[in-house]
Amino acid sequence: MYAFTYHKPTSARQAATLLAKKEDAKILAGGHTLLPTMKQRLASPSALVDLGACADLKGIARKGRNIVIGAMTTHAEVADSAEVREAIPALALLAGHIGDPHVRHRGTIGGSVANNDPAADYPAALLALGATVVTNKRKLTAEEFFTGLYETALEEGEIITKVSFPLASKAGYAKFRNPASRYAMVGVFVAKRGSEIRVAVTGAGEGGVFRWPEAEAALKARFAPKSLDGLKHTAKGINGDIHADPEYRAHLIGVMAKQAVAQATGKAG
Amino acid sequence: MATVSLTVNGKAVTANIDPRTLLVQFLRENLRLTGTHVGCDTSQCGACLVHLDGKAVKSCTTLAVAVDGASVTTIEGLAADGALHPMQEAFREHHGLQCGFCTPGMIMSAVDMVNRRGHQLDEKTIREDLDGNICRCTGYHNIVKAIAAGAEAMGKGTAPVRQAAE
Ligand SMILES: Cc1cc2nc3c(=O)[nH]c(=O)nc-3n(C[C@H](O)[C@H](O)[C@H](O)COP(=O)(O)OP(=O)(O)OC[C@H]3O[C@@H](n4cnc5c(N)ncnc54)[C@H](O)[C@@H]3O)c2cc1C
Ligand code: FES
Ligand code: FES
Repeated sequence: MYAFTYHKPTSARQAATLLAKKEDAKILAGGHTLLPTMKQRLASPSALVDLGACADLKGIARKGRNIVIGAMTTHAEVADSAEVREAIPALALLAGHIGDPHVRHRGTIGGSVANNDPAADYPAALLALGATVVTNKRKLTAEEFFTGLYETALEEGEIITKVSFPLASKAGYAKFRNPASRYAMVGVFVAKRGSEIRVAVTGAGEGGVFRWPEAEAALKARFAPKSLDGLKHTAKGINGDIHADPEYRAHLIGVMAKQAVAQATGKAG
Repeated sequence: MATVSLTVNGKAVTANIDPRTLLVQFLRENLRLTGTHVGCDTSQCGACLVHLDGKAVKSCTTLAVAVDGASVTTIEGLAADGALHPMQEAFREHHGLQCGFCTPGMIMSAVDMVNRRGHQLDEKTIREDLDGNICRCTGYHNIVKAIAAGAEAMGKGTAPVRQAAE
C-alpha cells in the first residue's frame, strides 16, 4: 500500500470540504473493496477521507412509503433491521447474503453502490425497487446512477448520503453465488409496485446491472413463477469467465428470476 | 503519522503509527499479539479475525487508525485466568484443528456466531456462517462439531462434556 494522509470528519459536510481541498483524495467507507485494491497498488489515493465518524450518514428509518438507509449503514445492520425485514423482507435477505458475516460487519451500502461491481447484490435491488440515490448535491434514480461497469454518475468528491427504497407490494431476490467469492454469478431481484413490475439482473451483464423487459411483460400478465416458463434470456451481452460461460449465465437468469418470483409470492420451495 | 488509542483485550494502548498500518499489523508487530494470523491478506480466509466492539471483522482489511477508540479482542483475550474459553476447549476436545493456522480465526468466528445466534447451532447454520473462514487441513467436519459443542458449553458456562473425538 502506498502512503496516504488520513482524515476523519464527523459530518458529511466536513467530509465534502476535505474532499474538495485534497487532490487525489478518496472516500473510505467499510474499506472492503478499497483496502484490498490499495494493497494491490491498483489504487493509490494521496488522502483517505474516512466517513466512519459521520453520524449523519448512519441509520435506517421508515419515512412514509419509503425505507431510507444511510450510506454508512453496514450490510449486517440492514439484514438485522426490524424495519427493513417488515417493510421489504427481500432487501434484508439480500443484505444478509452479501459475502460472509465478517464482510457484513464492515461493508456498507454506500460503498457497495458507489463501487457498482457488476457482481454486487445491491444494484439489483436499487434498480428493481426504483430506489433513489441521495448525494450531498442531488438525487438520482437508480437508472441515472448506475452508468456501466464499475461506473456511476458520481462526480469527483460527491458523497452518497443515503438510499431511499420505495415499498413494494411484492419483492424477491434469488442469487446463484460464486462458491469461492460469494458474489453473484447471477442475481435477480423482482419487485411489484402497484401495476409496475421490474426484473433487475446483476452478475451477468457486460455493462453491469440491467432490466429484463421480456420477463417484466410476462409477469405483468400474471405475477407467478409459471409466467416465466419457456422464457429464455439471450446470451448476447452476457459475461463469460472461468466460472461460467455466457450461455450458462443466461440460463441462470431464467432460473433465478423464477426463484425470485416464487419467493416474492410466498411460494418458495 | 497518526495517533491511535485502543483497548486491546481489556488493556488500553496508545501508539503513533503510519496511517497505512493494518489492524492485523498493529496487533502482531506493535503489540506482539501473534495469535492473529494472516492467511491470505486478500480478505478471503478469516485467519485474521478479531472482535471489534464485539463483532468479528477481518483485521487484514481494517486500518488501525480507522478504529481509534474501539475495543478489540484477539484470540489471546479469550482465555480467562489460564483456563481455556469453552470454545477453545471444544476445539481441543473435538479435534477441530490439524496444523492450527486457521484456528484462531475459526474460534473468533465461532464465538461471534454464538453472540449473534445463540447456543443452539445446527450444522447448516454453522457451515453457512463459516463462509468467511477457510481451512486447508481438516475438511471442516470436526470444526463444525466443535462449534456446536462449544456453543452449547458457552450457554452452560462450563467446559464441554468430555467426549472422544472421531
Ligand atoms: C470476501 C468478500 C466478499 C464479498 N462478497 C460480496 C457479495 O457477495 N456481494 C456484494 O455485493 N459485495 C460483496 N463484497 C463487497 C462488499 O460488499 C464491500 O463492502 C462493498 O462493495 C464496498 O463497501 P465498503 O463500505 O467496504 O466500501 P469501500 O471499500 O470503503 O469503498 C468502495 C468505493 O466506494 C467509494 N465510496 C464509499 N462510500 C462512499 C459514499 N458514501 N459516497 C461516495 N463514494 C463512496 C470509495 O471511495 C471506494 O471507491 C465482498 C467483499 C469481500 C472482501
Ligand atoms: S488474512 Fe485476512 S482474510 Fe485472510
Ligand atoms: S487446521 Fe490447518 S488450516 Fe485449518
